[in-house]
Amino acid sequence: MATRFDAIMARRGEIMRRALGMDYSEFEISPVAFDYERMMGAHGYSLDDIVAIQRRAGVGDTPLLELRNLTDLVRSVSAPGNGARIFVKDEAANLAGAFKDRRAGVSIHVAREKGYEGVIAATSGNYGAAVASQAARNGLKCIIVQETFDSRHVGQPEIVEKGRVCEAYGAEVVQLTVGPELFFHMVELLDATGYFAASLYSSFGVSGIETLGLEIAREMERLTGAPPTHVVVTHAGGGNTTGTARGLRRAGASGTEIVSASVDLSGLHMASDDDFNRKSFTTGHTGFGVPFATWPDRADVPRNAARPLRYIDRYLTVTQGEVFYMTEAMAKLEGLERGPAGNTAMTAAVSLARDLPRDATVVVQETEYTGAGKHHWSQLNFAREMGVEVRAGDPADNVPGKAIVIPERLEQIRARDFDLARMRRSYVRNALRNAPEGYEPTPADIEFLAADTNSDREAVEATLAALKEA
Amino acid sequence: MDRAREGDWVEVEVKLLDPADRSTNLPPETAEKPLMMWVKGFAEGGAVLGEELTIATITGRRVSGALSAVNPGYYITYGRPVPELTHVGRDLRAQLAAYRAAEAGGAAPAGPSDEAPAEGGER
Repeated sequence: MATRFDAIMARRGEIMRRALGMDYSEFEISPVAFDYERMMGAHGYSLDDIVAIQRRAGVGDTPLLELRNLTDLVRSVSAPGNGARIFVKDEAANLAGAFKDRRAGVSIHVAREKGYEGVIAATSGNYGAAVASQAARNGLKCIIVQETFDSRHVGQPEIVEKGRVCEAYGAEVVQLTVGPELFFHMVELLDATGYFAASLYSSFGVSGIETLGLEIAREMERLTGAPPTHVVVTHAGGGNTTGTARGLRRAGASGTEIVSASVDLSGLHMASDDDFNRKSFTTGHTGFGVPFATWPDRADVPRNAARPLRYIDRYLTVTQGEVFYMTEAMAKLEGLERGPAGNTAMTAAVSLARDLPRDATVVVQETEYTGAGKHHWSQLNFAREMGVEVRAGDPADNVPGKAIVIPERLEQIRARDFDLARMRRSYVRNALRNAPEGYEPTPADIEFLAADTNSDREAVEATLAALKEA
Repeated sequence: MDRAREGDWVEVEVKLLDPADRSTNLPPETAEKPLMMWVKGFAEGGAVLGEELTIATITGRRVSGALSAVNPGYYITYGRPVPELTHVGRDLRAQLAAYRAAEAGGAAPAGPSDEAPAEGGER
């Protein structure tokens, strides 16, 4: 018997086409390949148009600050001659407190232009606040669907705060227990309401982030005479990495190294009712970062505009304890009391800057607001209530879900490189797995896979050959 | 407040999916639980906690479920300062001051209470 779940998922394609106001089939080339750049440009907005849309929305043009105290502290633990200059883009200065406003500013503009009565987004994070805030300004109705509670109805404090702020902006917040069927209910709501799907992964949203890369390139030119040598991006679904890197390239900063960073949550299952309230991070972690990079099209749109493997030069992971330490340090040293998302990249930046020469420049490209529930003290107190051990010590002993180990000294912060070559192979495997069984990739497919993984024909062919053998 | 009157701002609880109807490939601890949902809105009638009630959400949708709260609040807090972090600001400011003093060729400052200068020194 077809369940309600099966019935709605069978109509998913048709419902999403109406809700996105865009037919993705026109970009498809084969069961593997599609025309990414044509999809990204299909909305017809130039970068200047997007800047103008965002200005009207109260979004963007955030301060870029040099962190002189942090830079000197890093130099105090660096080898002689090392210790890059560290900067931060204070994205918390956006209207609803995060870079996600850049995505929402464009999505909600599109929804209004296309005449939708309301918007729906499935998000437990800052994007909900951003969509709700922009919907309020545009007079659109707004529904945010969140994964908020475990089966005992215990809410993750950061997500409960996000629910509060969405309601403060006038949104209807639908709160669910743990499970990927959140997507099913979102599709059901889109079908029932006829609202616009303000997906995090549409080309509208990801194009909105390009202005962040553009601003960083221009501001750094003004401050230092050159684009940054490195930009560190907190990485989850991949939109932040993709949009920022594209913006930097469009500003001519093609030499800037893109370093993505995530909190290591290895060992925790993202759909586990038991693990849900033991993660201590709701985003910017490997539980999103790895699966979305290695298979972007798992998203709620037919083709994800966020394709981070195209742009990542290096992927660093940091521990929970290291990020909480840096979040505290940023408030005390730089007067920036901000949330954990941007401080994930900040933690990686400290480790990175230590190994770079003094004339290198490292930009952490976001901060986010903090407050009750989101605050690192809230999260650590909550972790203790959930039975997670919190102690001071060597961050290498941190075990996600079991022990959060807070460094005792700055020099204990050491980010670890995640194997990008493995991620690229994993992406190629997933692309083939999602094609019809027995499908033989064409030369055009191989070219697409090489571009989508920022590798080359030989690397893709080697992975394909290994898959055939297996 | 265990009773809602018509027009009150309330929350209802709805079972969206029974365990048997849930997605495949869920870890067992999730698969054995129903998918639950909570939504807020204006009560369209009177009810006591646990009783079936229809609400009109802020977007005007009608949702029926068991009354789970009347005028629900937000009780997220900061909690107490975290002992493992209380020393961080003091220690890092002292480390910074010592570094800058050494870079400037002077002696390290006497104690951890010394404030770091507001702007960066020589680099």
